[in-house]
Amino acid sequence: MHKLLTGQPGLKMLLLGNEAIARGGLEAGVAVATTYPGTPSSEISSNFFQISQESKLYFEYSTNEKVALEVAAAAANSGVRSMCIMKHVGMNVAADALLTLAYVGVKGGLVIVTADDPFMFSSQNEQDNRFYSKLAGLPMMEPSSAQEAKDMLRDAFDLSEELQLPVIFRTTTRINHSSEIVSLGELRDPKTTGNFVKDPFNYVTVPAVSRNLHAKLLEKLDKAETISENSKYNMIIGKGDWGIICNGVSYNYVCDGVKELDIQNSTRILRIGISHPMPRILIRNFLKECKKVLIMEEGEPFMEETVKAFAQEAGLTLSIGGKGDGLLSRLYEYNPAQVRESLCEYFGVDYTPRAGVDLSDVPEIPQRPPSLCAGCSHRATFYAVNKAAEGMETICPTDIGCYTLGFLPPLSTGDFLICMGSSVGTSCGFSKVSDKKVISFIGDSTFFHTGIPGLVNAVFNSHNFTLVILDNGITAMTGHQPHPGVDMKAMNFEGYGQVSIEDVVKAVGVKHVSTIRPYRVKKSVDTIKEALMYKGVSVVISQEPCVLFAKALKKPRGKPFFVSDKCKGDKDCINDLACPAFYIRKNRVYIDPVLCSGCSVCAQICPEHAILPLKDKSGK
Amino acid sequence: MKPTRLIIVAVGGQGNLLTSKVIGEAALMADVPVRMSEIHGMAQRGGVVESSIVFGDAQSTIISDGEADVLVGFEPSETLRALNKCHSDTVVISNLAPLSPFTVTVGSGIYPELKVIQSLIRSKTAKLIAFNAESLAREAGNILSVNMVLLGALIQTGRIPLTRETVKNAIKTKTKKAFVETNLKAFELGFSTADSLA
Repeated sequence: MHKLLTGQPGLKMLLLGNEAIARGGLEAGVAVATTYPGTPSSEISSNFFQISQESKLYFEYSTNEKVALEVAAAAANSGVRSMCIMKHVGMNVAADALLTLAYVGVKGGLVIVTADDPFMFSSQNEQDNRFYSKLAGLPMMEPSSAQEAKDMLRDAFDLSEELQLPVIFRTTTRINHSSEIVSLGELRDPKTTGNFVKDPFNYVTVPAVSRNLHAKLLEKLDKAETISENSKYNMIIGKGDWGIICNGVSYNYVCDGVKELDIQNSTRILRIGISHPMPRILIRNFLKECKKVLIMEEGEPFMEETVKAFAQEAGLTLSIGGKGDGLLSRLYEYNPAQVRESLCEYFGVDYTPRAGVDLSDVPEIPQRPPSLCAGCSHRATFYAVNKAAEGMETICPTDIGCYTLGFLPPLSTGDFLICMGSSVGTSCGFSKVSDKKVISFIGDSTFFHTGIPGLVNAVFNSHNFTLVILDNGITAMTGHQPHPGVDMKAMNFEGYGQVSIEDVVKAVGVKHVSTIRPYRVKKSVDTIKEALMYKGVSVVISQEPCVLFAKALKKPRGKPFFVSDKCKGDKDCINDLACPAFYIRKNRVYIDPVLCSGCSVCAQICPEHAILPLKDKSGK
Repeated sequence: MKPTRLIIVAVGGQGNLLTSKVIGEAALMADVPVRMSEIHGMAQRGGVVESSIVFGDAQSTIISDGEADVLVGFEPSETLRALNKCHSDTVVISNLAPLSPFTVTVGSGIYPELKVIQSLIRSKTAKLIAFNAESLAREAGNILSVNMVLLGALIQTGRIPLTRETVKNAIKTKTKKAFVETNLKAFELGFSTADSLA
């Protein structure tokens, strides 16, 4: 049985924040969970996916976050507890649904998890999704630890049902990807069947209805503020007159800093767990007890601006420090030492931290950037496209997935990227205003996510570019989640359909559609050349399973290759492909047989035909 | 319990995350407060994987520069790269078998000499325990058990609040059955090697 389905109340388990969140959902009796995968949220969903195989939970990987939220919204409005999980930028995709769902509300609990990524460990921006709570007018909860994430998520369902509103549950990477010992609560049997009661004058958001609903939302928000005033999640620690208001992981750094500096008796900490609506009276009274207050929050000055407004309303003129006066940064994530130093600076505490080591004589260490895997089919596709486009001036919009790494040398294929699906939409614009050949790249899962509308646009408005769809049969980057193009039967999952990318592309009206197998280099180059010559929208679908996923499925792979003595040291293999299976020793090129997946692409491009398959794995 | 801060750095695929898991489970068994954080988005794409593990009375799950009490590096140049996490009393344990980054293969970087790496670390920290963990892993019967070799060496230092027996129990119950025997052997080889170097 899945470990999150086991365990008596009170049992302690070492859980990743994301596992704790999933457990919290199960303890709340969640019956429907939907997602589009995205780091740092992905393990919540991968656990739910496994759990759904052996419990009453319905879980789906939806095509994108908007669809995921709509699925969950319908279930919740039928009285079924639902959860929708996404990374922070996914919220932008779901925002259209979110903002009017706030008007409509819910009947059964709905918790929307947004996993923010300060420092952008694996994201294109570090937007602060707390603003969505203000924008939509929805309550927001933010935990500070894995244990609290579990408990708070469970309580978020109760809050959602009490207010009849979706609750946004915001985490940051250091909550999602931190582990700690978590004490379990009781599992709740989910109620899986709902009853949707027709009520069109509260559900169909024509203007006349929405005018009423907006007023109702504001009433609910007033109630939410009263709850926030009295919630245990907005808690005060200490009785000193140096005030610190903090949230999320910043709270931990503040607690450790206060202890290290031995200023417990001077400080009073307000940890905000319900960050919207903020508890106005609680904060005013807190400010009144303090001589000066520091706001410690990663990201934007979200609490800071609100607290300053509350102070103004109450006629309080004490010093409120934070990002406004430049003490703290709006950039990246915080860390314990940085927070401790800010406490010292703001409150005037004498403290000499232990010195770190002197790094001035450490030589430059070669970088180790992530790269496409040995034998990755994307590398083969980029190589073939570059060959086919030789001599052409190109613009290559790219998209979000492993293949984004193709922008690095030597493949250097990827010129523009802003969000999921943007490869296709921006290709329309580039091709309209430039004479250069536009060749864009999108992955299979990203194509389903938000690539299709751009392609429809391209056909309708007669744009001129070649779209290469990198179909490796899985959502690879986030850890091999399925998408609508995946053959689920082949993986022994029943009850799924399958959508063919080629059929979609043709149905959209693209007239020039071709398919390549990127490991066949010459044939691929020829096919791509033809597509590049076509005037109008042409699509090349490059099909080859993700080499990591194939390995995980224990699919048979090709024999590894080796560099024979015919090698004259041209190093085309290294200079043009940069497959990590290559290494150089004493100026001679070698292939690591353990890393080599046997894709044979290097063997096909070697001018001396010096790269040959190994007879057996042990050696030549 | 006063906090003890441990950083583990490795190259994706070296088994850093499993090591952290074993340490976390051992702490749970021994009732030692533990909090850990890891960045693993790129773990399988050849990048650097860093785990931070904080034992004792602290709430933070990450470790600032200059605040690691123990540093374990699964790859020598990565150990050196993480030197910014150390202070003058830090104990450092490092594998000496290099995994050359691809930037070196394509000539855009030079791999520092092992001797230089060791003398730099030794001169700036309390102690360096460095050996070829790869050959010990091979001796244990599985080249992928480098992580368990280094775990053994870590426990030998006595710098983290976990006993040899507890960690071996965690290896027995939390690593794949088929690998338990080689993992334990690797752990013991790492332990005794660190002992002999002490």
